[in-house]
Amino acid sequence: MAVVMDADRMARTLMRIAHEILERHRGADGLALVGIRARGVPIAARLAAHLRDLAGADVPTGALDITLYRDDLMRHAVGPQPVIRRTEIPFSIDDRLILLVDDVLYTGRTIRAALDALIDFGRPRAIQLVVLVDRGHRELPIRADYVGRNIPTSRQQSVQVRLREIDGRDEVEVEG
Amino acid sequence: MTSATALRSRHLLGIADLDPSEIELVLETALAMKEIGTRPIKKVPTLRGRTIINLFFEPSTRTRMSFELAEKRLSADTLGMTTTGSSVSKGETLADTARTLEAMAPDMIVMRHGASGAPHQLSRICRASIINAGDGMHEHPTQALLDALTMLERKRRLAGLQVAIIGDLVHSRVLRSNVLLLTRMGAAVRACGPATLVPPGLDRLGVRVTTSIDEALDGADVVMMLRVQHERMSGLFLPSVREYFTFFGLTPARLERAAPDVIVMHPGPMNRGVEIDSEVADGPWSVILDQVANGVAVRMAVLYLLAGGEAEA
Repeated sequence: MAVVMDADRMARTLMRIAHEILERHRGADGLALVGIRARGVPIAARLAAHLRDLAGADVPTGALDITLYRDDLMRHAVGPQPVIRRTEIPFSIDDRLILLVDDVLYTGRTIRAALDALIDFGRPRAIQLVVLVDRGHRELPIRADYVGRNIPTSRQQSVQVRLREIDGRDEVEVEG
Repeated sequence: MTSATALRSRHLLGIADLDPSEIELVLETALAMKEIGTRPIKKVPTLRGRTIINLFFEPSTRTRMSFELAEKRLSADTLGMTTTGSSVSKGETLADTARTLEAMAPDMIVMRHGASGAPHQLSRICRASIINAGDGMHEHPTQALLDALTMLERKRRLAGLQVAIIGDLVHSRVLRSNVLLLTRMGAAVRACGPATLVPPGLDRLGVRVTTSIDEALDGADVVMMLRVQHERMSGLFLPSVREYFTFFGLTPARLERAAPDVIVMHPGPMNRGVEIDSEVADGPWSVILDQVANGVAVRMAVLYLLAGGEAEA
């Protein structure tokens, strides 16, 4: 039960990632942010706010629900289906550089699903991955381009990212 | 917020089996599904490898096409059977047809049948999930769900809405499913039709029954017109088309009694000049084409939710 990132550190981490994005792309032209539901969405919104403050650019921001693309969806013959939330990408992703945003990178299966989903929306120039936490244990050849923090974990542990927009406070906790 | 996260049954036989939180879950899921229809690639891989049989024992164009489109948008493998040209026209019983289909191991069967309760019988024979696409004069649950979705989108709520349902009440499964759904969700329903086409006991379902269209329309937020079937015009139920239109046809003048922001719905196919004036059908009040688009989303939601199996008790 250890808090590995508090609110202050999370704020600095996201600001640092925003700087890295601007450095690597020499500005914010042609970028777009797509957050994966649920907690990738507020993180994407915060990064968009930082990019606006730092570069004066309004980066288009969307939300992606990957449920319908999950590879474990139909594997259990009996069991309730995950609830589907809305996907909102109110701009064309064609020829843009898409920054895909999620809270925790673990097996990589969510990201695989998100890549499939995104490609159904068009043909982006490139897709890069932004995560607040990389906890290891990849099951697919996927890596993040921007990582808030690498946290070594065991598979038995769970990593809880809490965000004020959803959970009322900002912190990352490793449980178990 | 919805409280249900799954449907309790693995079949959708009627609105009668759904509680309000399950209805909300279907509608919320359908709202999320709608977005898929706006994408350049209108397809998600969710039901890949699932087999769905569309079994239509009664003629249907829009419901059958709507289900088929929903199935294809979810990547299911679909096959259809209509009565003409099938073994049913050779005298096979429903139970034998069901056993034959069962041997093909479909995951879901969408069925329309002229006999009330036919999907229920099928659900006792087949292991597949059964979706009722209209059975006799009993229920048409996906129609009521798509109607509710259309009302929800336009009115932002169902509770407290004044809904007038007008036309052939006695033969209408659309009426029955809509009454069950709307009263369950807190809307007030008035039903109106010629006395020969009002089923006895309708008032016991919590519906205000009237034979005056003006009374039914008074202050209504939603007007739902039901189709009058020409085969009922034989004089047994109705004297003539013209007389029907005079007393029960929806015209712009009549509609002035309804709420200023009233919406007009029709499950289709419409009989222009019988139950509805063309000026109304094509006018600003009409949400009839929204209903068609919402039908695909609602059916996608139902297919998705049933594919997961039963909720844990």
